[in-house]
Amino acid sequence: MNGSPYILSENNSVTLVMLKVLAALIPGVIAQVWFFGPGILVSLLLCGAFAIGFEAFILLMRGIPLKPFLSDGSVLVTACLLALALPTLAPWWLYLLGVFFAVAVAKHLYGGLGQNPFNPAMVGYAALIISFPLAMTQWAAPLGVAQATPNLWEAFDLVFAGAGSISPDAYTSATALDTWKTQVRLGKDAADILGQPIFGWAGGRGQEIVASMYLVGGLLLVSNRLITWHIPFAFLAGIAATAGLLHLLDPALHASPLFHLFSGGAMLGAFFIATDPVTAASTPRGKLIYAGLAGFLTVIIRTFGGYPDGVAFAVLLMNVAVPFIDAYTQPRVFGHKHGGKRGKA
Amino acid sequence: MSRKLLTFNGGVHPEGHKDVSNATPIRLMPLLPRYLVALRQHIGGPARALVQAGDTVLRGQMIGAAEGYVSTAVHAPTSGRVLAVAPHEVPHPSGLADLCVVIESDGLDQAIEFQPLDWQALNPSALRNRIRDLGLAGLGGAVFPSFIKLNPEGAGIDTLILNGAECEPWITCDDRLMRERAAEILQGVAVMRHMLGAREVLIGIEDNKPEAIAALRAAVANEAEVVAVPTLYPTGGGKQLTYILTGRETPTGGRSTDVGVQVFNVGTAYALYRAVVLGEPMLSRVVTVTGHVATPGNYEVRLGTPVTDLLAAAGGALPGATGELVGGPMMGFDLEDRASPITKAVNCLIVKDRAHFPASPLILPCIRCGACARACPADLQPFEMYWFARAKDFGKSQSYDLFDCIECGCCTYVCPSHIPLVDFFRFAKSEIWERERHKQDADQARARHEFKAFRLEREKREKAGKLAAKVAENKARDAAAALGGAETASDPEAEHKKAILQAALERAKKAKESVTPQNTENLPPAVEKQIAEIEARRAGAEITQPETGNSPS
Ligand code: SF4
Ligand code: SF4
Repeated sequence: MNGSPYILSENNSVTLVMLKVLAALIPGVIAQVWFFGPGILVSLLLCGAFAIGFEAFILLMRGIPLKPFLSDGSVLVTACLLALALPTLAPWWLYLLGVFFAVAVAKHLYGGLGQNPFNPAMVGYAALIISFPLAMTQWAAPLGVAQATPNLWEAFDLVFAGAGSISPDAYTSATALDTWKTQVRLGKDAADILGQPIFGWAGGRGQEIVASMYLVGGLLLVSNRLITWHIPFAFLAGIAATAGLLHLLDPALHASPLFHLFSGGAMLGAFFIATDPVTAASTPRGKLIYAGLAGFLTVIIRTFGGYPDGVAFAVLLMNVAVPFIDAYTQPRVFGHKHGGKRGKA
Repeated sequence: MSRKLLTFNGGVHPEGHKDVSNATPIRLMPLLPRYLVALRQHIGGPARALVQAGDTVLRGQMIGAAEGYVSTAVHAPTSGRVLAVAPHEVPHPSGLADLCVVIESDGLDQAIEFQPLDWQALNPSALRNRIRDLGLAGLGGAVFPSFIKLNPEGAGIDTLILNGAECEPWITCDDRLMRERAAEILQGVAVMRHMLGAREVLIGIEDNKPEAIAALRAAVANEAEVVAVPTLYPTGGGKQLTYILTGRETPTGGRSTDVGVQVFNVGTAYALYRAVVLGEPMLSRVVTVTGHVATPGNYEVRLGTPVTDLLAAAGGALPGATGELVGGPMMGFDLEDRASPITKAVNCLIVKDRAHFPASPLILPCIRCGACARACPADLQPFEMYWFARAKDFGKSQSYDLFDCIECGCCTYVCPSHIPLVDFFRFAKSEIWERERHKQDADQARARHEFKAFRLEREKREKAGKLAAKVAENKARDAAAALGGAETASDPEAEHKKAILQAALERAKKAKESVTPQNTENLPPAVEKQIAEIEARRAGAEITQPETGNSPS
């Protein structure tokens, strides 16, 4: 089999797609360094190195050619997304385990690139938050909450030596999302809570700028046609609508939609995680349903669940529904009267 | 420009490379010592040979008569002697050999007398029969017999679309034809319009051909509207162009006539002019020779010209050439053998080189990025069809409307994993046909048997003993026997040809055994129609006419 077409679009490869996704993360990473210190660089580096190590090892074990599959870049995207979803300044083995779950379990146990039904980075995150809930609530504190952020060497020290030489407490705190949840449950007044230094004008202090930068990077992805608008739009709309409704019902218990949009993993999730093509719905209508429900679930889990953020579980839950959603939302084929159900012949 | 144009979804913008071949006027090929006229030049049944080895023929003399409904005549490209009627390699994606009439020219190029047709006075069915006997077939690549498409019966055709889009990269034969022979094209259009009773005539040309647009606008009065359409592959697809110009969507499994539109290629209109107004059978066509050759350009080529001679006329391939493509790079196919003759279907020869046609890159797994779906002009989900085709679950592929795929190649073109999606779709379709073939009921088998018996009987009556044996043997694909009967002369020339034939037959046999069964021999009519339709779509230009071909289910 080697027929037409005999020409292929130039400058087009999986590697390039992945590199562009990585490039779109750069503004968010810079903002993170600015507000939270260079700890994120350490976790990116570690996750990247672990991921390449696991990927190479597993490819070798599976007898798959290393070069094309390692250089496709997909494992780096997984690693970076996981690093960005995890707290910085955590012990190194946390990253190792997270990457193990993401790459070895979520990706390769299901058959490798393109075969996995669950978002690998989110599987890594979920495995860690279930196994090590405490470590996952220790986030680097932004400037303005902490006196200072650790420099690069201190960050390395914290990651590798743990509390050995420096006390991490000086540099960490609970996130805005977490703070809101625990304090509302303690019956504190909403205005008082929001007056604390961890809260900024929209979401968490500093975090809201990081989220804005993810928004910028994500819009670049949309304008470069690497992703379509459907998933980010529906995901954010799902969050805003659900949070807005709850906020209207009881503003003392439920934070504003703006807060939900700009804290935690909402923006990263909308543009970089829920959009992972392998695990997301693929039809236009399917994407809207998939991401809209993921947004809804995110707020529900944040509000009523036991975990600080809901993006990971929401995305994983919706991953389960993808084959079903896709099969029922096939677009209308040219010359046909209707779209709808396909593929279950 | 007042007309409101629609755009189909998807499509791609491959680099055009039109300027390689469109700068010089159409050149005439010199007379050759020998021609190989294929009896199957079009979709449907091959023509029935009317000559045998030893006969002398004149230019324009009918040497093959239409056989069956979907068929047209073929004619001698020059005067001379028939050397043989034998299987020979032809340019077809299957790589199979087909029956050809080998003519040795006498150098005189004497023609029969051409009789212009009084097309306004002739009754429609007589006119159509004449057009069939003049060998008219669509020149956009689909080569559907024109006389069938010129039958308006009950179709209610109100719009005639002339397809001058020429959206495939590299090809410029229609471009040059429109620039140089606009008035003649319009005369052909007048005949078409008369026959179809169409109210409106729209000539769609991609806006990367401003000279062609200007030439036609200058030649046209108010009988047609010349519409510049945005350059976007595959605008020249019959369904796509119909939609762009009229907003009418050809229903699945149907054809543009279902929505009151008939589509013809501009080259076909020009050929119709020559046939009807000049009375000349279809003896030549314009072929683009481009790519890695010394003098790329467009050549008026007699049908039956061996590709080798055409390449030589274009100065020959340059060093570093890596083979030839027939048709465009998006939907064409690799030429198996340069000895193959030019047929009505061949609109372009591209000599490949590594710079423009690099080796296929490594294939990675599908990442479900959806780029293919966004590029698909038929609004299909190629990656879903691929998934199931690869798993050999063809039923599921089909449930994703595999048979609405026009094999335009857009999906493969954009895939970042470089998956040859269209190869899988062609494979899946042929597998489904194969299964259909096995499922045919006894009635059809009997009908087929009876028709075959009738044909054999008639051939016997026609006393063409040797020829009949050859045909029958060829049908049975008994390569060796066919060869034995093919030759009557035994001069060294014939010996050489025998060797070529032998090689061709062996290749044919190999092709037959390969994974992609493209063999269209002995198929039940329903399936044959289906194939004809797909082939027509493959060529991406004109819509087929026969009874509806619903996807087999
Ligand atoms: S373009 Fe290629 S990788 Fe992307 S979904 Fe289609 S087949 Fe899969
Ligand atoms: S080849 Fe078929 S599936 Fe691919 S883009 Fe063209 S019509 Fe769509």
